[in-house]
Amino acid sequence: MDMHSHLVISKADGRPMYLQIMEQIKQRIAVGDWPRGEEIPSIRQLAVALRVSVITVKRAYYELEREGVIVTQHGKGSTVADGADVSPRLWDQELAQHLDQVVRLGTLLGLTPEQLESRLRDAANRFTEESS
Amino acid sequence: MTDLAVHFEGVGKKYRHFTLDDIHLELPTGSIMGFIGPNGAGKSTTIRILMGLVHQDRGSVRVLGHAMPKDQALAKQQIGFVSEDLRLYKTATLAWHMGFIRSIYPTWDQAYAEQLLRRFDLKAEQRIKGISHGQRVKAALLLVLARRPRLLVLDEPTTGLDPVARQEVLGELMEVLADDERTILFSSHNTLDVEQISDQITFIDQGRIIDTGDKEGFLDRWRRIRLDVPAEVAPPVLPGVMKAGGSGRLPVVTTNRFEPAMAAAYQHAGVTVLAVEPMTLEEIFVANVHWRREGGIS
Repeated sequence: MDMHSHLVISKADGRPMYLQIMEQIKQRIAVGDWPRGEEIPSIRQLAVALRVSVITVKRAYYELEREGVIVTQHGKGSTVADGADVSPRLWDQELAQHLDQVVRLGTLLGLTPEQLESRLRDAANRFTEESS
Repeated sequence: MTDLAVHFEGVGKKYRHFTLDDIHLELPTGSIMGFIGPNGAGKSTTIRILMGLVHQDRGSVRVLGHAMPKDQALAKQQIGFVSEDLRLYKTATLAWHMGFIRSIYPTWDQAYAEQLLRRFDLKAEQRIKGISHGQRVKAALLLVLARRPRLLVLDEPTTGLDPVARQEVLGELMEVLADDERTILFSSHNTLDVEQISDQITFIDQGRIIDTGDKEGFLDRWRRIRLDVPAEVAPPVLPGVMKAGGSGRLPVVTTNRFEPAMAAAYQHAGVTVLAVEPMTLEEIFVANVHWRREGGIS
């Protein structure tokens, strides 16, 4: 199956390649392209297809396994974990990243955590008004 | 049976104006090593010692389990080497070269060679002198790839190639690695190529290996940290922090031993960490060279 050719790694994306690979695999799983329990490409196959180091793909698979997204059986390759719960986790990660960014900018502006909190509440209220 | 395709231990070679000093190298079977260094750093000398073309003064070199230079005849059957000067006969055609190599090496794979002709967009009937530099590089690569050697040694394989040809070559090198019994060592000063496909990275400068390890480890350990240091605060000296740049209040430090605790240590001392940035392999290489030249040790 030629299912690994869908992944595209960006070199202009500042994030490490292994993170990009992880995210794209999670997206494949979230939308059902890679069904639960299904075998996924071996580390070497995916590395060759993406033209990135074996060690980079190995790192991505290792982290995905730690997160419970895939299961790797020694000598048998990897499959999508039966209980892989990908989508909420994906959004959660993105939220965490944005929050880090908010705190960083807040620090730059010299805002206290309380001031940040109230700004966040304002933003939430605005969002509720706009979407109602 | 060893799982190291290339193993250098304490290898030295003295010339009148250049010394290669105490080289240690370990390249596991099935991986790619990118060998990075400025011009004149000792990349080609190291590769020549590996190939048995130059004899080391001291130290041991084992390639595919064979002691070099003593057993080089045996080792070379299984090594494909492309040097910078390519060594092609200008007046002969690529087809002639293919026939020649085929007559010497029983492992020659004609079907694969013809596949490579198409993928590299080469014409077998053209004379070497009539084709561009990029096509000559690809022709030289075709001639070694089609032998399916267990070890590929490539001296600057992507230098002087246009972006399309570079990606063709990198893709073909990755195809080799689909077989986990095969190993590649390539030298380059193009850190982008090395960053893309290498598993192992070795930096060489002024005849010494200044750093070596797996690529993910390199990229993880090195960070640039932007700080905001209030006037009354003396920033703490942390281990592994090597270079201060930026202006007085907003210094930028580089570290080769990053861990999240460092940011906490700065915060604790009253220093604000504005950003922790990953570095590209090129930035890591340049920082590493400068640091070592100024006498830094790890």
